[in-house]
This record gives sequence, structure tokens and C-alpha cells, in this order.
Amino acid sequence: MAKQGQPPRLALEGITKRFPGVLANDDVSFSVAPGEIHALLGENGAGKSTLVKIIYGVQHADEGRIFWDGEEVEVANPKVARRLGIGMVFQHFSLFEAMTVLENIALGIDEKYSWRELQQRVTEILKTYHLPLDPRREVHTLSVGERQRIEIVRALLQKPKLLIMDEPTSVLTPQEVERLFETLRQLASEGCSILYISHKLHEIKALCETATILRGGRVVATCDPREESARSMAEMMIGGSLRDVSRKRTADFGPDRLKVIRLSAPREGPFGVPLKEISLNVRAGEIVGIAGVAGNGQNELLAALAGEMDGAEHGAIFLNGKACIAANVGERRRDGMCSVPEERNGHGSVPGISLSDNTVLTARYRMGLTGQGFIRYSAAEDYARNVIDTFGVKATGPKATAGSLSGGNLQKFIMGREILQKPDILVVSQPTWGVDAGAAAAIHQALVDLAAAGSAILVISQDLDELLALCDRLAVINGGRLSEMMEVEGISIERVGLLMGGMHGEDDASAALDQEEHSHAA
Amino acid sequence: MTTAILISILMTVVGAATPILLAALGELVVEKSGVLNLGLEGMMLIGAVTAFAVTYSTGSAPLGLVAAMVASAAASMIFAFLTLTLTANQVATGLALTIFGIGLSSLIGQGFVGLTVPALAHVFPAALAEDPIWRVLFGYSPLVYISLVMTALVAWFLTRSRAGLILRAIGESDEAAHSIGYPVIGVRYLAVAFGGAMAGLGGSYYSLVLTPMWADRLTAGRGWIALALVVFASWRPLRLLGGAYLFGAVMTLELHAKAAGVSVVAPEFLAMLPYLATIVVLTAISIAPAGGRLAAPACLGKPFRATG
Repeated sequence: MAKQGQPPRLALEGITKRFPGVLANDDVSFSVAPGEIHALLGENGAGKSTLVKIIYGVQHADEGRIFWDGEEVEVANPKVARRLGIGMVFQHFSLFEAMTVLENIALGIDEKYSWRELQQRVTEILKTYHLPLDPRREVHTLSVGERQRIEIVRALLQKPKLLIMDEPTSVLTPQEVERLFETLRQLASEGCSILYISHKLHEIKALCETATILRGGRVVATCDPREESARSMAEMMIGGSLRDVSRKRTADFGPDRLKVIRLSAPREGPFGVPLKEISLNVRAGEIVGIAGVAGNGQNELLAALAGEMDGAEHGAIFLNGKACIAANVGERRRDGMCSVPEERNGHGSVPGISLSDNTVLTARYRMGLTGQGFIRYSAAEDYARNVIDTFGVKATGPKATAGSLSGGNLQKFIMGREILQKPDILVVSQPTWGVDAGAAAAIHQALVDLAAAGSAILVISQDLDELLALCDRLAVINGGRLSEMMEVEGISIERVGLLMGGMHGEDDASAALDQEEHSHAA
Repeated sequence: MTTAILISILMTVVGAATPILLAALGELVVEKSGVLNLGLEGMMLIGAVTAFAVTYSTGSAPLGLVAAMVASAAASMIFAFLTLTLTANQVATGLALTIFGIGLSSLIGQGFVGLTVPALAHVFPAALAEDPIWRVLFGYSPLVYISLVMTALVAWFLTRSRAGLILRAIGESDEAAHSIGYPVIGVRYLAVAFGGAMAGLGGSYYSLVLTPMWADRLTAGRGWIALALVVFASWRPLRLLGGAYLFGAVMTLELHAKAAGVSVVAPEFLAMLPYLATIVVLTAISIAPAGGRLAAPACLGKPFRATG
């Protein structure tokens, strides 16, 4: 891959890494040229993260060699990696919420600058790469995109020659993604190589020159993403043909199953967002989506709808026309509304108890798992087994503890537990977060089928692609307020993105919207 | 005449405030690093008895102070080993440390009950220290001045120094600090040791300055007030200073009421006041929606196990 006789910036040869019971990387070789934007593609568990950790010195390969600018190197720890010129932006930021941007940057670098020097350098970098960020703000007041910029500045302060980005766009608005891509292209044009890890194929098509595709720890293909289709790359990733979610869009929905009028609620936790007068309705057979960047009131909305606020919420909620604002979680479930929260370990399930006991927690009324004050264990076990079989959950059986399941499998179990209750209304938050493509498709299909059977479904998700594929209508939540409902058919992605990033100033957003509407009219 | 009364009142308030200020300063640093050490009362008692015993046997009060700091820091290391290395529950271990401290101080103090030592000498010349007016500034024990200097030092350390930044970061998110590469457990050990030494210093104020005589359970639960003070001050050193003097005033209320012959309420009730105030303050802060709790280090009391 070396251009004009130049050695590659980074070359891997036969990297192999074993964990107990798993071969995470199996004889992986590839190289990245200077100034190249190189994608590393693969499903969850394909070995991308392990490989990147080996490059960054967090983990060590059992076999294989790493070459840096043509010379063999040993990356013993992240400090060595940084000294070589490898910068990394992690998927989960290592940030300190209650501290300022500048303090966070100071904590994340090896060099010791004086405050003034650091401030100067940071301002310089922010200006050079057009990164909008105020160094004096405290992190908990920032959007996810702004938080990511802190990590990028941290990495850029070390003048990297290779920047590794691990799933950088999973929580960004479309505009923030575009901003990020411009920064990355500018970096690449200055000769910095970029290793870009993602499973979002259209982004890789837009950004990368080369893609290495991993499956089951092995390199299965190398391609030029600009010449591939998203579908062909997806099929290389999963090693089979992709199942489409089949959805017949109809316009005739039944009556309102869920109606919410001016629902307000206090924030949950010190970094939460209070809900402000949210109104929405979901009709029978309809799937409605709530888009938005994390931390804009999604957790509060789910808690208020599910009845977890203990009366702290006010406004009106109607389930099948029956007012339920005073009802608690159990009563709302009995009346036909089931819910799946975002946090699956500890909120959606109790990790330490069995799957069958976990079904009793939410399905006891609708599935008759209790009677005369006692748990009907055999009924619970049958129901858990039914969920496991129907949704293809990989578990040793109903007696397995919830905590022993992988994230994706547990999510399938929790979704299945609610869906098989055939609720009139299902409220789900992040239904496919951290779930691989195959399982995500299965969950999507189950939601579509449930809606087709006449249930009303409200999906709260940060994944805009997911909402666009599933929903009939969607609205955007920002700062605890809900935008107007929009029909998904013919929706403007740009408009949704602007609504999602509401912190850029309402005036800007509405001005841009006006402009867009004019151009549409013309 | 009234000035003289006022001055004597002021001086007793400072006297009552200083030991809890010293102990609370140490605890503040400990909590900023994310560790909750409820053993303050026990460590203060260990410091008090050590200071007394060493001063009594060697005749040197400075030596007694140093010994008190070393002994309390050593006691805090037991806590640190159990909670940081063995990841035992911090609340339970802290309570155990208090009970241990009460017992140990009684045991060591058995032979000293009723004995006295000479009080710590003044720092300033007698002309100033014993002047009826100027003593309000210069007439205190060296520990009072040490407590003020320490307040300034801790404030500077936490807000201005890089080491303080790292310590706060570890209390804010141990996981993030670890992934960046900071020694979470090591820093917490140091913080706990500092907290122990400061508690020892605070305890020795009771046995060397306030009542230079040994009695069982000399600190009388003031360690708990110091703990509450940290929360009251929302983990800020300068507020801690103000809070300590406020609590000092409440604590001496009984004394002054008695002196002034006021008997509207029973003196026993006035003696309860500081503890009552502690409960009220703690409740008020935990009810307050954001202000109070936001200031708490996010990882306070959570055990940390290094992974990966």
C-alpha cells in the first residue's frame, strides 16, 4: 500500500490475540499509508476493538509484529503509543463531568504545560480545525459532539501521525458528523493517517479510501468503499445476505392508544433534563419515533410514561382513553403499557437473578405469572423459555442469570419479554443499542409485526437511521422539549439534524429552516 | 467591659472551631479523592491520646503533635488497606475504625485519666498574646494558626495545583482517571493518610490545648460534626472555614448562656444544639435539588477495582 516507495505509517503482520475461549484476532495483517483515511469495519465482536487496543498499547498481541514508518516497534503501553505519534479517541470518553474543558484536557495529556500555555495551544487548535468549543465550560453542560471535541483536542495536542477513532459518530447529530469529517479530512491532508472504526457504512463510503473488513477476528476483505455499495460491504461484514425489515406503510391507523398532553417532569439525577410540556399521541398500528442526542430528556420521558416518577410528573397521560397519570408502574402495565428502558443491566433487568424471575418483574399481571400473592414458578419458566426460543436468545436456559448474558442477548430477551405480552402500547428506549446487525434486524421486525397486530409503539432512539426505517412519524427531543411531529415520508434530514442540535441557537435553526422551506417551495 | 466579654466569646468560638476545622480539612481532601472515611471520630481520639501520652512522657508538646499525626495516619492506613486494597465497604469500615479508636484511646488513656500536661506555648510574645485586646489576634495556640494556614494550603492545592487537579479527577471519575493512566489507588492512599494526620492534629487540640488533661472520650462526638461540616461546606475549603466557626459558635452557646445566666431553655438542650444543627444541615442539603449534591465528588464512597 506504500505510495511512491514511502513505507506505510502503520503496518500489522499476523497479529493474533487469544482470550480464554475466544480467538479475538486471528492472523490479522494490513497497513495504513501516511495521510490515508482507513476504515476498520466489522460487527460487534469481530475483533475491531481488540485490534485497536493492541495498536494503542492497551493490550498486547500473542503473536505478530507491528511496524511504524517501516521499523518494527513494540507498543508496551499507551504512553509509548503516544510518543510514537498515535492518538486515540475512545468510543466511551474518559471525561470528568464536573470539571472544565481545559481541566479535562490538562488531565489527558502527558506534557506539562502552564495554564496559560495550554490555553493558548488549545485555542490555536480549536481555531485551526474550526472546532467550536469553549474551554471554560464545565463538561456536564456540553453536548456529546462537544465532548468528543475535547477528546480530539487532547489527541491533537500530541501532534499525532496516526489518529484512531473508535465509533466516533454513534451519538452525533448529522451536522456534527459533517463537522467531524471536515476536521478529519483536513488532518489527512496534512499527512496524518486516520484509522476509522465504524459499522455505519454510508459514513465510510463518504470518508474513507480503504476499508479492511473483519469477521470473527480475521480479515475477510479489503476494498475501496467508494466503489462498493453499503449493502455489499454489510454482506461482507456479516458473511451472508442481509435481511430487510419488511414494512408495509399504511395511512389508516386506529384510534389513539397513547395520548400525552402537556407532560412535565423534574430531571432525574444531577445531569438530567426536566421535561417541559410534552404532548404527543400514538395510534393503534403506528410506530412513532423520538429522535435526539442523549441527555436531552429521553430518560425522564421514559420514566414519566412508564410511571417511575412516583407522581413527580404532571400533565395528562391517557392509555386507551383512560387517564393514568396517577397510576404506578404496575397499574400502567396492567392497563396495557409496557416499557423497555435504555439501561438494561439494573433497570431493564436485575443482573443477579434468573431470566425466569426477571419475567415475573414485568409480566406478572399480563401473563398471569403470580396468583394469590405467590409466584407461579412453572408459568414464569415457561414464559422465559418462550421468550428465549422466539427471539433466539443465546442463554443456557430460563435459570441463567440475566447478568450472564451478553449485552445484545440480554436486550433481545428484554425486548422479547415485553413484546410477547402483546401490549397495547410499547414504549422502548434505544431498542438496538450495542446489538449487532442481525439481532437488530430481528428486533426491528418484531416491533413492526407488533404494530401490524394493532399495538401502538413509541421508540426513543439516538440512531436516526433506525427511526427513519421504522417509524411513521417522528419528533425530536431537545432540552426536555419536543418538536412538532413530522411524517417520516419525505422528511428533511437536515431539519431533523438542526432540531437535534438545538443548542446551536433556535434563531439559527429556524432561519435555516425558513430558508429550506423556501427552497422547497421554489 | 463589653469588649472584654466579646473578645473572650470570640476566643472560645475559635477554640471550639479549630479542632473540627483541622479534622474536616483532612476529610475534605479524602472525600475529594472519592473516599468516605467515617472513622474521623476514632482517628481524632487516637490522635488525642497519643498527643497526651507522648507529651506527658517526654515533656515535649511538639513531639506529642507529631506523634499524634503519625498514630492517626497509621490508623487511617488500616482503613485504607481494607477499603482500597481489599475493597471492603467504606461505610462499615469507617464505623469500625471509630469504634476501634474509641476502644484503643480508652485502653491507652487508662493510666493517664486526671493527669495534666502543660498547655502548648504561645507563638507570639507575651506582650501581644496576653494583651487584653490584641490577644483576640495573637493569643491562640499554634494549632489555630496552623489550621488557618492549612485551610489556605488545601484551597490552593485543590484549585491551583496539578496534583490537586488529578486528585479531584480521581474523585470525579475513577474509571476515566484510570484509563488515562493515573494511579487511582495510590492517590487515594495518600489522601487517606493526609486525612488521618489532620484528624490526629485536630484530636490533639482537645488533649493539649482545650483541656490539657486526659479524660475518656475526650472528643465527645465532635468527629461527627467535622464530617457533617464537610458536606455543609459543599466540599469547599473556604466555606469549611466559615462553617467551622459557625458550628464553633453553636457549640459554645451553652457555655455563654450559662455564664450570662440565661435559663430560658435547659442547658442540656443547648448542649444538644450542635448535633441537632448537624442533622438539620445534612437533611437540608440532601433535600436541596441540585446545589448541594452536585458538589459532591461523583465517586464518593464507591469502591474501585482496576480492570484491563
